[in-house]
Amino acid sequence: MKYVLMFVDTEQFAADLAAMDESERGRAYDRVRQWFADHHDKITHHSHLLPPDTATTLRLDRVEPLVSDGPFVEGKEIISGYAEIEVADLDEALRVAKSWPACPVVEIRPIAA
Amino acid sequence: MTQPTYAELARVVRDHAGRLAASLVHLVGDFSAAEDLVQEAVEAALTHWPAEGIPDRPDAWLYTVARRRGLDHLRREHRHRQKLALVPWPAEPQPDHRLRLIFTCCHPALPRAAQIALTLRVVCGLTTAQIAKAFLVPESTVGQRITRAKRKISDAAIPYRVPSPEDLGDRLAEVLAVIYLLFNEGYLSTGGDQPQSHDVADEAEFLAALLHQLMPTEPEVTGLLALIRLHRARAGARFDRGGEIVRLQHQDRSLWDRRAIADASRLIARAAAQQRPGPYQLQAAIVACHAEAIRWEDTDWTQITVLYDMLLHLAPSPVTRLHRAIALRFVAGPAAALAEVDRLAGALSHHHLFHATRAELLRDLGDTDQARAADGLALALSTNPAERSLLRRRLNWS
Repeated sequence: MKYVLMFVDTEQFAADLAAMDESERGRAYDRVRQWFADHHDKITHHSHLLPPDTATTLRLDRVEPLVSDGPFVEGKEIISGYAEIEVADLDEALRVAKSWPACPVVEIRPIAA
Repeated sequence: MTQPTYAELARVVRDHAGRLAASLVHLVGDFSAAEDLVQEAVEAALTHWPAEGIPDRPDAWLYTVARRRGLDHLRREHRHRQKLALVPWPAEPQPDHRLRLIFTCCHPALPRAAQIALTLRVVCGLTTAQIAKAFLVPESTVGQRITRAKRKISDAAIPYRVPSPEDLGDRLAEVLAVIYLLFNEGYLSTGGDQPQSHDVADEAEFLAALLHQLMPTEPEVTGLLALIRLHRARAGARFDRGGEIVRLQHQDRSLWDRRAIADASRLIARAAAQQRPGPYQLQAAIVACHAEAIRWEDTDWTQITVLYDMLLHLAPSPVTRLHRAIALRFVAGPAAALAEVDRLAGALSHHHLFHATRAELLRDLGDTDQARAADGLALALSTNPAERSLLRRRLNWS
């Protein structure tokens, strides 16, 4: 069973990260690297996304396609990355996600077979 | 065979439907398809048994219907074909796998209302119509909740098994919360005209007893079973003939079921011997203090406040602090209790019990005007008809 873990940043998390000094931030990134290493046998691929101010949204449900600046949902919670994992079931996916050491929200979505 | 009463019918269905569901999920390997077959078998039983009587082997009867329906679906419906084609149908139901069933139905990835509806339908064998009636919601709402939940179980691969030891604590807490919510819904429903709905409380006690039988060494399961039985042992004294609430202080304690209380107290002692205290065991111990007092005057309030302190230590909550303050009134007096209650104003000013408690303490202190104002606030916030009636009587008399 394949799932995508979508990592969701909050304003608070971004502020906390920005307030860290160099070595604290280094340790935070180490924890994330360690998480990827711990679960490498289950992770099929993963990516980190650039910040939402780099996003462009295209709306095709208009007479003419509409291009706009920014992410499709304007909100305080933004997807900052994802990892696709292959595990037995939702309980195992939850266990992997629970050990995620960075941003405070993770959405778990099954991939259509 | 004689014609069964409604209660007998409900009991037999409850005893066997969940077992059948568990066995079919195991056999068919598909929760949703298996659950459909059980529901069809239960509906067939509710059609046939009232007139024909309950068969000698209800489990075999239900299983035969489910198996026949399964084979019918196999011939008729493509969507079931693949799943059912592989089933090596044995002649008899399989061993008891209901524990897996309970954990799947109460999975935290399902919304609470769906956990409750699914557990009632799958583990207790209630029909969608019966669930809708118990919760005073349209049948289509319950149907939709069940359909969505079953789809999520299948699409998101919610597993059909007992959680691993590392997850068991959290997952068991979820199951206990579902059962206790179900019990409270039945014991003191917050809507409709009937203050007590016996059916749902029955199902909750059945589920707690089943879980206790399947997990005899989990003290919190034992605690929840004791708690539910202690409440039910006193149910006969909670309302007068006119359906009005009788306060604990004024209840006719000769109507309490002393044997059930003694049995529940033994359960609490057995759980306590494991030395793993938890919120359900402590709540049961508090209720036991009340239940074991022969007269209101015999209540051990000091012990009750100690138990509340332990409960607050494990599970801090403003409502629990409010209950502790009510007990404190009999240890330290109404002024001390009122001071404690007033400290909860920020957290509980929307809660009817907060204002009702203030009203009583203010009345004890002789402040009738403020007491009436507090009762008025409580009345405006309560939705339970019996509680509203009690508050109205108090406003008229004082």
